[in-house]
Amino acid sequence: MNKQVLVEDVWKSFDRGRIEVLKGVTFTVPKGEIVALCGTSGCGKSTLLNVISGLEEVDRGKIRVAGFDVVEESTRIDLLRHHIGYVFQFHHLMPDLTLAENCLVPLIATGGQRADGLARLHELATATGVEHRLGQRVRELSGGERQRGALVRSLMNDPELLLCDEPTGALDEKNRAKVFDLLLDLVRARGRTLVLATHDLELALRCDRTVKMRDGRIEGEVR
Amino acid sequence: MSLWHMIFTNLRRHRVRTAIGATGIALGVATMLSVVGLLGGAVKMFERILRSDSEMVVFEKNVSDLFFSNVPVEVVEELESQPFVKEAQPVLFTIITAPDRPVVTCFGIRASDGRLKKGEWLQGGAAQFQDDGEGVVLGERAAEFLNARAGGKIELGQGTYPVAGVIRMENGFENGGVFMPLLACQKAFHNEAVCSVITVALADGHESSEVKEWMGKTHERLTALENEEFSRSYSQFKIMKTTAWVVGGCAFLLGGLSVTNTMILSVFGRIKELAIARVCGFSRGQVARMIFGESLLVSALGTVAGWGLSSGGLFVLSRIPQLQGYVEPRIGWQEVAGAMTLAALTAFAGALYPAWYAANLKPAEALRFE
Repeated sequence: MNKQVLVEDVWKSFDRGRIEVLKGVTFTVPKGEIVALCGTSGCGKSTLLNVISGLEEVDRGKIRVAGFDVVEESTRIDLLRHHIGYVFQFHHLMPDLTLAENCLVPLIATGGQRADGLARLHELATATGVEHRLGQRVRELSGGERQRGALVRSLMNDPELLLCDEPTGALDEKNRAKVFDLLLDLVRARGRTLVLATHDLELALRCDRTVKMRDGRIEGEVR
Repeated sequence: MSLWHMIFTNLRRHRVRTAIGATGIALGVATMLSVVGLLGGAVKMFERILRSDSEMVVFEKNVSDLFFSNVPVEVVEELESQPFVKEAQPVLFTIITAPDRPVVTCFGIRASDGRLKKGEWLQGGAAQFQDDGEGVVLGERAAEFLNARAGGKIELGQGTYPVAGVIRMENGFENGGVFMPLLACQKAFHNEAVCSVITVALADGHESSEVKEWMGKTHERLTALENEEFSRSYSQFKIMKTTAWVVGGCAFLLGGLSVTNTMILSVFGRIKELAIARVCGFSRGQVARMIFGESLLVSALGTVAGWGLSSGGLFVLSRIPQLQGYVEPRIGWQEVAGAMTLAALTAFAGALYPAWYAANLKPAEALRFE
């Protein structure tokens, strides 16, 4: 099976090496797999997602995504534009833009065709149930709608790999289950790869594989 | 959805901040255009005094101000005897005092000088202004503030002179000045047989180079320049124009600081948004372009507002009766283009640091930013 993500002996520290967050992490994610990174706060889940996406540079080690080394700035930009989608705990949508405008932001980066973008936007908005809210400004949306909007934005450029950092962490119980179901459905229906960080074991166990992290290391995994 | 749409949205949502930034530029543009316009107008008015029906002006070499130029009056006759000269007119520029008026511009001219024919005679007439007489002609404004009428007498400097007439001149300097027969003026200022400049009208089919060549051969101490050349090279005009641009430039500098401040606040106020833009695939260059775009737009708004402000202000000034003729604002396309270029440069310079900061944000760190 093709490796969508390869992480090999990755080390990452902050504060000039005083705080070591990742300590020789090695793991792979095959194409189409849904993997949950589990562990307590501060164990390195978010940092691992950040280094996979290239948002954070590693101290040493090797990371490959979709066959590209995540080293050069140009490669990182290309990955974020075409191969990786990212959803955060908070939606981080721009409050003065409409939901549709927010979702089209990735198209500005790629210079993609407006017509194609609009078609994809409507398809994803329909799939996530926010189509009727596309013309609303973000401040007029509920928490669940905002997070679904963030999900649409992350999928606009049809990425092969979706990274989610506690994607339901800021939602109430009802919305948490809905958004998580939606996320899994969307990823499975499109055959995409998903790596998500969560401390919710219940949600993690619904993934294909759960990787347990502790103190910057991979402690084990459950299938 | 485009980068410009994002730029507009960013500026629109912080209207007050945008307005403050644009106001800084607007004041810079308004100051520059007003100062340049006013001084430019003054320079043009002064040029027109010299240009009266002539193409060239003769004056003493290397003088810093025409008031200090001494040209022998005999040169007028010499010039008029040359085939390439149609007419030569001497003018003596002086400053004279009058009761309650310490400074009145005085023009010592001959009765044949064309400028008296151009004006609208309100009282008296050209016949009363004679080369060997002492009758003076007052500009309309001068007659007002000196409270004088034709047929009366007026105290000027050490002497008292009959008022030969009152004339309305288009030029503010002339309209607020006194025209005195050249001989009387020379006598009053102990400047016998000299004038400040000679204006020269060329005979048909002749070139200014002929006057220059003749002047170079016969009067080394004097110089003859075409009016355009004179305007370009006269140091007083240069100083005035340079002052205008320097004052305007300083105003722009302050405007630039306001743009920098606006853009810094704009960047720091949406660090997470900028980080998300990077996560969505924006390159550093695209982020920088967005910041520069915002700055340029603020600057463009300011330029338009400043242009309107200065045009309106100068229009109002030119309509004040006491200033009519003195304030003759001229905002030409060169001045507007200069202000626009400076505004664009200011916008660019003002956005340099904010754009650099925004482009170099580390998305992961920025998303942790509180």
